Amino acid sequence: MASKIDKVFYDIGRLEILAEQNSPIHRLDPRAKLLVTIFFVLAVVSYGKYAIADLLPFFLYPAIIIGLANLPVGYLLKKLLIVSPFVLFIGIFNPFIDREIMVQFGPLAISGGWVSFASLLLRFSLTVGAALLLIAITSFPAVCGALDKMGAPRILTVQLLMLYRYLFVLVEEGIRMIRAHALRSFSRRRPRYRIYLQLLGNLLLRTIDRAQRIHLAMLSRAFSGEIKTVRQFNFGRSELLFLLLATGALITLRTTHLTDLLGRLLLEISQ
Amino acid sequence: MHMADALLSPAVGGIMWAATGTTIIYCSKKIKHSLDDRKIPLMGVMGAFIFAAQMINFAIPATGSSGHLGGGLLLAILLGPSAAFLTLASVLTVQALFFADGGLLALGCNIFNLGFAPCFIAYPLIYQRITRRRLTAGRLLLGTMAAALVGLQLGSLGVVIQTNISGMLSLSFSSFLLLMQAIHLPIGIIEGLVTAGVVSFLWRTRPEILDRTGADQDLAKLPLRNVLIGLGVAAILTGGLLSWFASENPDGLEWSLLKATDQPELHLPATAGKTRLEKLQEQTALLPDYGFRQENQTGTELAAAKTGTTVAGLVGGAIVLLFGLLLGTILKKVGRHRGQQNR
Repeated sequence: MASKIDKVFYDIGRLEILAEQNSPIHRLDPRAKLLVTIFFVLAVVSYGKYAIADLLPFFLYPAIIIGLANLPVGYLLKKLLIVSPFVLFIGIFNPFIDREIMVQFGPLAISGGWVSFASLLLRFSLTVGAALLLIAITSFPAVCGALDKMGAPRILTVQLLMLYRYLFVLVEEGIRMIRAHALRSFSRRRPRYRIYLQLLGNLLLRTIDRAQRIHLAMLSRAFSGEIKTVRQFNFGRSELLFLLLATGALITLRTTHLTDLLGRLLLEISQ
Repeated sequence: MHMADALLSPAVGGIMWAATGTTIIYCSKKIKHSLDDRKIPLMGVMGAFIFAAQMINFAIPATGSSGHLGGGLLLAILLGPSAAFLTLASVLTVQALFFADGGLLALGCNIFNLGFAPCFIAYPLIYQRITRRRLTAGRLLLGTMAAALVGLQLGSLGVVIQTNISGMLSLSFSSFLLLMQAIHLPIGIIEGLVTAGVVSFLWRTRPEILDRTGADQDLAKLPLRNVLIGLGVAAILTGGLLSWFASENPDGLEWSLLKATDQPELHLPATAGKTRLEKLQEQTALLPDYGFRQENQTGTELAAAKTGTTVAGLVGGAIVLLFGLLLGTILKKVGRHRGQQNR
C-alpha cells in the first residue's frame, strides 16, 4: 500500500514540475488561464444529452495547450484513465434503459443510450482534462493567488495554501506509519479496524501538535492572518489577447455546428 | 461519492456554486469575527491530515474490501462547523485539481454535498444534541454514528437530485435514488465507526482537545434559524428548478413509450416500482411490432435525413480531431526547437 501512495504523490510532484516550465502559456497571468478554463468547462457542459459531433472540436483546446506548453500527452491521458470511475459506473446504465434507436448507419442501429453514454465520456474527458491542464500550466499556488486576486475570501485562499504546504509532510508521515505497520505485521496488506484507529489517532495527535508549533513559528515571524508572496500579477496585453481569442473561439464553436458544416462540405466535394 | 462535470448542466452547476460560494463567504466572515488566528494553521494542517487519513485504509472483516475516512464530521467535531466547512472545501479543491475528482463545475456540488450536510445539519442538530449534556463513550458512539449516517444520506441525496435535474442520465429518479442511498448506507456506517473511534481515542488520550473545541461554542453554536432559512432557500431553488425542468421535458422514455404503444397510462398497473420494469418489458416487446406495422415512407426519409446529418457531423469531427492532433504536434516540435536554441 505504501508504494502505491508513494506513486500517487510522485504524480502530484510531476504535475508541479510541469507547471514550472517556461512557455508562452506558462508565462500568462494565472487569472487569464483560470477564466478561460471556466469558460471552457461551461461551454462543454452546456450541450445536450446526445451531443457527440459538436463536442469533438473542443478537443482542439487541449491539443493547442499541450502543444504550446510542451506537456507529456501520455502522462495526462493515463491520469484521465485512472480517475473517477463514478461517471462510468452510473453512465453505463444509459444504454440499458434508453433503447430507442436514434442513429442508423446502414444495418448498424445505435440506441440513444449508447449515444448519450459516449457523449458522457467525451464530456468527462474534456472537463476533467481541463482541470488537470490548468494545474499543469499554472501550478497550484498560482491558482490560489489568482482566486485571491479575483475576490475569494482571504481565509479560504490562505487555507488552500496551508493545506498544500503540509499535504506532503503529513502524507509522508502517514506513509511512514503504514510502512512501520507492514514491517511489524508480516506484511498484512491493511491494518485491522482497531489498529487502524490507533494509527489514525496518533496521526491526528501529531497533526494537532504540529499545528501548534507552526502557529508559534508563524507568530514569531509576524503572521497577521495572511500569507504574503512575492509573486507578481500582471494582466497585460498578451493575457487580454489570450482571453479574447479563447472566448471568441469558444463562442464560435458553441453557436455554430463546425463539424457538421465541415463534413457536409467534404461529402459534397467528394460526390 | 463525487459528483462529476459530465453529469451536470450549467444551470445546476451554477446554482450549486452560488450556494457553496455563499456558505464559504458566510463561514469566512464567521471565523474572522469570532477567532484568534490560532485556528488558521490548525485548519490547514487538519486538511492535510484528512488527505493522509484517506490514504490509509483498513480491512473490513469478512468482505475483502476496505474502508476509509471521509472526514466531514470529524472536522466538524474538532474545528466547529464553519472552520470545518472551509477546510473540507479546500481538501475537495485540491482533489478536484490534482486527482481530477469530478472537475471544476462539479466542485461546487461536491463541496455542498460533502460539506454542508455534515457540518451544518448532522453536527449541530444530531451530534451536539446527543453529546452536549454529558459526554460518555456510549453517547459519543451513538451521536457520531447517527450524524455520519444522516450526513452521508443527505449528501448522496444531493448527488441524486442534482444529477436528475441536469438530465444526463437515463436512469429514473427512483431507481437512482434507491441505488445511491443503499450504497451510502454501509459507507455511512463505516464513516461513523471510524469517526467515533478516532474521537474517542482523542478523548481518552488528550481530553483537553475536545474540551477546547467544545468550549469554543460561539463558533459551534450556529443559530438554528440561519440553517433553516438556508435550507428553505435551497429547497425552494431546487423545487422551482425541478418543476421547471420537469414540465419542460417529461421523462423521455415515458413519452416515447406512450407514443409508441399508443396506450393510455391507465392501462398499466399503478404500483410505482413495478411500472418502470413493466414498461421496459413492454417497450422491448412492442417496438418491433410497431416498427413493422407503422413504418412508412416519411419515417424512413426522416431516418435518412438524420443519418445524413450524423455522418456529416462525424466526418467533420474526425477532420477537426486530426487537425488538432497535427497542430498540437507541430506546436510542440516548434516549442522544443526553440527551447533548445535558447539553451
